[in-house]
Amino acid sequence: AFFWLVSLLLSSLIWFIAVKASDPQDERLQKGLLIFGVMFSVLLQEAFRFLYYKLLRKAIEGLVALSEDGCSPISIQQMAYVAGVGFGLMSGAFSMINLLADALGPGTVGIHGDSQLYFLTSAFMTMVLIFLHTFWGILFFHGCEHRRWWEIAAVVIMHLTVSGLSFCNPLYVGSLVPSYLLMAAAATWAYLLSGGSAQNLRRFLLCKC
Amino acid sequence: MITFMNNSDSEEEPCNERTSLMSAESPPVPSYQDGLQASDTGEAQAHRKRRVGSSHGPNNIAGAEMSGSGVPVRESALDNEEEELTLKYGAKHVIMLFVPVTLCMIVVVATIKSVRFYTEKNGQLIYTPFSEDTPSVGQRLLNSVLNTIVMISVIIVMTVFLVLLYKYRCYKFIHGWLILSSLMLLFLFTYIYLGEVLKTYNVAMDYPTLFIVIWNFGAVGMICIHWKGPLQLQQAYLIMISALMALVFIKYLPEWSAWVILGAISIYDLMAVLCPKGPLRMLVETAQERNEPIFPALIYSSAMMWTVGMAKPVTAARGPSQQTRDAAEDGREHLRSPSHAESQMSETRSPLPTRPVTSLEELEEEERGVKLGLGDFIFYSVLVGKAAATASGDWNTTLACFVAILIGLCLTLLLLAVFKKALPALPISITFGLIFYFSTDNLVRPFMDTLASHQLYI
Repeated sequence: AFFWLVSLLLSSLIWFIAVKASDPQDERLQKGLLIFGVMFSVLLQEAFRFLYYKLLRKAIEGLVALSEDGCSPISIQQMAYVAGVGFGLMSGAFSMINLLADALGPGTVGIHGDSQLYFLTSAFMTMVLIFLHTFWGILFFHGCEHRRWWEIAAVVIMHLTVSGLSFCNPLYVGSLVPSYLLMAAAATWAYLLSGGSAQNLRRFLLCKC
Repeated sequence: MITFMNNSDSEEEPCNERTSLMSAESPPVPSYQDGLQASDTGEAQAHRKRRVGSSHGPNNIAGAEMSGSGVPVRESALDNEEEELTLKYGAKHVIMLFVPVTLCMIVVVATIKSVRFYTEKNGQLIYTPFSEDTPSVGQRLLNSVLNTIVMISVIIVMTVFLVLLYKYRCYKFIHGWLILSSLMLLFLFTYIYLGEVLKTYNVAMDYPTLFIVIWNFGAVGMICIHWKGPLQLQQAYLIMISALMALVFIKYLPEWSAWVILGAISIYDLMAVLCPKGPLRMLVETAQERNEPIFPALIYSSAMMWTVGMAKPVTAARGPSQQTRDAAEDGREHLRSPSHAESQMSETRSPLPTRPVTSLEELEEEERGVKLGLGDFIFYSVLVGKAAATASGDWNTTLACFVAILIGLCLTLLLLAVFKKALPALPISITFGLIFYFSTDNLVRPFMDTLASHQLYI
């Protein structure tokens, strides 16, 4: 969470400088700068995820060296999951919390002609992002562990895609539906990478009932 | 205002004491008999607690103790295991401190956001005599710096005074002072707080009910804090009084002064704990020399078995549940340091005759705890509360400061595990908190607002 926060800080610093240095009246420029800000922020987030991976790697090596039986008490997969959840939670919190605070107060949604589904779609979008961050964490760390650069690249591209799709808002079908599809894909991929399989799933479901 | 000031005086004093983390070097009571006598004769002696400590495991303490007493130290052989234990329990310590700090912050933020009273400007404390309602920015800055200088010098004077009192063994005086300040906190501030909360929610309460509620709250608090009481209740009371104190600071410190004071006090904390002639360090060392725990009322402890305490209660120990978990480790450790264990045991036993002593485990429990000064709680909460109050109503800033402080606390505890001596808990967390506050408020907020208005996601 802290790493995500720092990446957000740096990216907003860049955007802020860019905005201050540019003409505030030019709408298109502002929009362009915003897009640039978003993309840059995505890249920074992934960079920080990588840095966090490096830090955790060192920590695991330390733990292994110190432990009695040569294996650390917490595996890299668990760390990947936790890192993903941390990123996701922080990103979700930052996206939603002001919205929630405003939702408590009086007002009408979309009174100026904006979409009336604003809160609802924001909630869904945030949820999908949190899930995605979790899965991306697992995928990313797995890619780093096994030196599969294409996995890392896939995560970055997916992130960029989802952020880019959010530019379709308020045309929600353009942003929400693909995002959910991507999330399902990432979920299956992460599940398979973590050692799950169709059989495991079936056994799990059958055992439950 | 005068009485307020007087009481605040004593409040200031404890504030200074609470600002450091220390590694727990448990001063061993020489023998069981001595321990008993000590508890019988004077509360003062038996009720002192260690200031702050993070206990890493009896191994480390045992190592330190043994080397201190000249016994041939098997430290080299124990080092590895010490480190492993340190890391293993490091995470537990961190969690043990996260929860109370988070709770305190939640209480403060919830109050700030809902009760108008604490964000209204209603005068200033006498410690910040210069007003900030000045026409020019430069003047305002100057005033806030002057306010800070006044405040910090007050704190320094109080701390030195306390250290002198402690050195010359004026325990009764310190006792009385701490009792007075906790009395004021528990009764007066609670009364004001309750009044404001009731006003906000428009709930009517008659005076007899109010009297009964406050009397019970205050009396139980005094008993828990200064005498015996259930662990969790003590911890809860400590959190509550830290929150109350933080709220008072948030209300009465003018804006810019508050930020400058936060910065200055973390520098002061750094110097007071680490410099050889620093007052806090002298306090810690004197307490260790005399084998007495430092004022229990000023420290939050997460694993102490001490329920008898002075003034600001160090939030006492964990419940017996942890003991059973650590039993295996404890048993192992105890074999290596029987004398140490015994002394600890006696110390634990003497003030708590009624507590069912599970001998070895109890001691280990004590060792495992981490202690954090109450001043740290207060200033963390002041930072987060100020962020909540003044950051243009933005929750992102509050959240960012909160995460920053917790990460700072993590890092401090990590350093504590590495250095194994008293460390100031304020500097790292407050620095992170301040950086994140100003950057989030000025940089991230416009960015996030623009993103939210276009419903873009990053």
